[in-house]
Amino acid sequence: MALSEQEILSGLAEIVNTVTEVPVESVEPGKTFTDDLEIDSLDMMQIVVDAEERFGVRIPDDEVKNLKTVGDAISYIQTAATAA
Amino acid sequence: MTTAETPGEAPRGTSRPTISVAEGSRFSRILSVGSYRPERVVTNEEICQFIDSSDEWIRSRSGISTRRFAAADESIADMAEIAGRVAIERAGLLGADIDAVILASITYPFQTPSAAAVVADRLGTTPAAAFDVSAACAGFCYGVSLASDMIRGGSARNVLVIGVEKNSDFINPADRSAAFLFADGAGAVVVGPSDRPSIAPTVWGSDGSAWELIRSQNSWIEYRDDPEAGWPYMIMEGQSVFRWAVWQMSPVAAKAIDAAGISPADLTAFIPHQANGRIIDAMAKQLKLPGTVTIARDITDSGNTSAASVPLAMDRLLTDHPEASGGLALLIGFGAGLAYAAQVVELP
Repeated sequence: MALSEQEILSGLAEIVNTVTEVPVESVEPGKTFTDDLEIDSLDMMQIVVDAEERFGVRIPDDEVKNLKTVGDAISYIQTAATAA
Repeated sequence: MTTAETPGEAPRGTSRPTISVAEGSRFSRILSVGSYRPERVVTNEEICQFIDSSDEWIRSRSGISTRRFAAADESIADMAEIAGRVAIERAGLLGADIDAVILASITYPFQTPSAAAVVADRLGTTPAAAFDVSAACAGFCYGVSLASDMIRGGSARNVLVIGVEKNSDFINPADRSAAFLFADGAGAVVVGPSDRPSIAPTVWGSDGSAWELIRSQNSWIEYRDDPEAGWPYMIMEGQSVFRWAVWQMSPVAAKAIDAAGISPADLTAFIPHQANGRIIDAMAKQLKLPGTVTIARDITDSGNTSAASVPLAMDRLLTDHPEASGGLALLIGFGAGLAYAAQVVELP
């Protein structure tokens, strides 16, 4: 079943909030994980693992480096989930 | 039988005499566990003198509050000897009863001879067979597998398996990805014959194609030829290792449960390599372990002691939960070389 952008955003926001305590409403597509949300590499790794589990996708290590913004992650997960 | 299997007579189809083969105990068991924790407690504040971090950051990302570092003059052999002696005493044995010593470590600073031979002699086990195992954080579980098969194959009756590390000699205190994780210590078990199945099949393997993920940053030869290249500190690609551990090791642990012919609910304890609190949490979640299974979390005040972490955590768990003795525990070690090993064992 295809996931909507909104579903992925709210799921991702919940994960980010659980791992880092960044408020759910701060997680917006245009924001960067590193600079805007101030998420470090260890937390990012936990977020990726949690997102993989929640959305049933795999995000290879090489791809994680390309996920600069929340929007990048949403697009990747949406494409990967559709392919699956 | 007077044909193929009778020593001295010619096996079928040959003119040579038949040779004798060893026969071991049908089953093997961990008879006892012992450990040694160095005296010096190292706080996160102390670690943060060399890296830009904080106590809160380290606790939340790794689950580590404190760890132990060995003294400058305290060696791998010193720590292994103490843990080994405790294990032998608790098994109700003497050094002379041990006929093989297997020592797992990646921080013994002598190329040769093995630390196992030195420790075997100090413990009065000479002339026990003795050798070191280099399988990083999987080393102890590799050792348990070897010991069990040696006993069942008739190569040994009682085997001392030691996991020991002095990581503080090989971690760069300024390495932000490793300095707060690794620590020192030793743990040991005696594996001996058993009248019942007490060590299930080991599920193990390696993946050398990913050797670069956790390794010495350079070789001794490179250091000799160019001291500027720096001490052969251990370095790690934390993100890749974390994801490998979470996604690849949970299925290995599940296979070990299957290989034992039990279900997760039959376990009394889960004693994974104490790599990182988040990895332990993720594995427990993926294995869907029921709340009745006690999960070892020695990492909180021991850090990641590589090959020593599983026996240290086992000793701690049995001290805190003596009622777990005799129950089944799932052990799993995983690390550099991307070596891994998991087995279900009866707790001593």
